[in-house]
Amino acid sequence: MKFSIQVSEGPYNHESSVTAINFVKAAVEAGHDIFRVFFYHDGVNNGTNYATPPQDDMNIQKTWSELAAAHDIDLVVCVAAAQRRGIVDEGEMTRNKKDGMNIMDGFRISGLGQLIEAGIESDRLVVFGD
Amino acid sequence: MSILHTVNKSTYERDTLEACVRLAAKGGSVLLIEDGVYSAMSGGNKSSVIENAKDLSFYVLGPDIKARGLGEDRLIDGIKVVDYKGFVELTVSNDSVTAWL
Repeated sequence: MKFSIQVSEGPYNHESSVTAINFVKAAVEAGHDIFRVFFYHDGVNNGTNYATPPQDDMNIQKTWSELAAAHDIDLVVCVAAAQRRGIVDEGEMTRNKKDGMNIMDGFRISGLGQLIEAGIESDRLVVFGD
Repeated sequence: MSILHTVNKSTYERDTLEACVRLAAKGGSVLLIEDGVYSAMSGGNKSSVIENAKDLSFYVLGPDIKARGLGEDRLIDGIKVVDYKGFVELTVSNDSVTAWL
């Protein structure tokens, strides 16, 4: 079965980012495909590579990146939410004249249409948030 | 058309479980996750919400019970404990999933 996931809560906030990661891992283990993970609202903070959590703590952003690489998962950050919260890729850096970019490997910035498409293309859309 | 409802906050914090149970169609399933697992305990402030909802099936995420040091022996009668594999299976066996945020 084809799944898409929406994450609407930031990492290290409550628990939803980790719940979503655990769900994705379990779905992949059961043989399902993850079509896309869409990060919305504070969820876009899952896509920064500027975070440095303590080494004995879970690195949520890196875990997403590794999951995406291992299972070919499309990680999409909502552009409007990203602009408000300072998640920047090369295109955003150029367009908005920023000094640097902080998008994590495996993530890309795009629009809300990607969430709509995920809902249409997937058998199930599962939402995690606050 | 069956729906899996997920509730992730306790009845001490939000009224999402009450809203979910009030509006869920007969035969639906409710999965309590994250702080929502507090609502699965008997003797809670809103235990009757689940106890009186005979038309719905209730599940609770085992790892989230364990993370909070709660005992499965304190669960309201009839609630089934699932792991993440069971969570995925519930999303497959139902036609769609609604998160009560």
